[in-house]
Amino acid sequence: MEFTILMYLVPAMIMFGCGIYGFITRKNMIAILISLELMLNAVDINFAVFNRFLFPGQMEGMFFSLFAIGLAAAETALAIAIVINVYRAVRNVDIRQLTKMKF
Amino acid sequence: MESLGSIIAYFIIAIAIIVFSVLAVTSGKILRAATYLLFVLFATAGIYFQIGYEFLGAVQIAVYAGGIMVLFVFSILLTHKPGANAPRLENHKLWLGLSAAVLGAGVCLYSLFEYGSMMVSRMPDNFDINIHQIGQALLSTDKFGYLLPFEAISVLLLACIIGGVVIARKR
Repeated sequence: MEFTILMYLVPAMIMFGCGIYGFITRKNMIAILISLELMLNAVDINFAVFNRFLFPGQMEGMFFSLFAIGLAAAETALAIAIVINVYRAVRNVDIRQLTKMKF
Repeated sequence: MESLGSIIAYFIIAIAIIVFSVLAVTSGKILRAATYLLFVLFATAGIYFQIGYEFLGAVQIAVYAGGIMVLFVFSILLTHKPGANAPRLENHKLWLGLSAAVLGAGVCLYSLFEYGSMMVSRMPDNFDINIHQIGQALLSTDKFGYLLPFEAISVLLLACIIGGVVIARKR
């Protein structure tokens, strides 16, 4: 048995599908953030795997995953600061209660 | 032909990714969902190690498992009652999410299996990326150098730290 490119792309795709499902159905802001992390992670796997299988002499996909991981860290830190601030204001992180800024 | 150990490792990683990512979005308790996300991130690092990107796997473990998960656990413990269950979903929302996920996955799977055969099927062997090359590429200004994005992301992280402090501070 040999490792093919599909064997890595299919789990990443299932991970991305789970992220979409959680992003739509979850009602908790932190759970939505967790789903977002799942989707970002699946895309990082795709970058690295395409780089390794199709262009093994270069490092572009690897660097893209590297910078995506850094961006995800920054985005998560800021989003969690916002979540804590929202919790301080309305004592809740349920998105159905956060209707104050809807027009 | 791969060795038996790497095949077993691959199947453990793949099954862990599938099972734990499903559990992470369906689990009712939010702290458990975060723990399942941690397992998914570790399995992803396992994939990076297996295809030969040791540096990427180490960054994945250090940044995600070490940094982001701590943030998640802290914010969950700050904003939730321990052991609280998520309320049950409404039916139409569940079907909307399920159909969006399954439709997207179906389109991707169809195109993968329809057109994936023209990709290189096995992993190329000629592969030697060491940490020396990675460091040279990260800090060079040549054709395949990444100095500008490297500096841009460091400025972004600084802005993010300041933004986080400004947003979350007590007034």
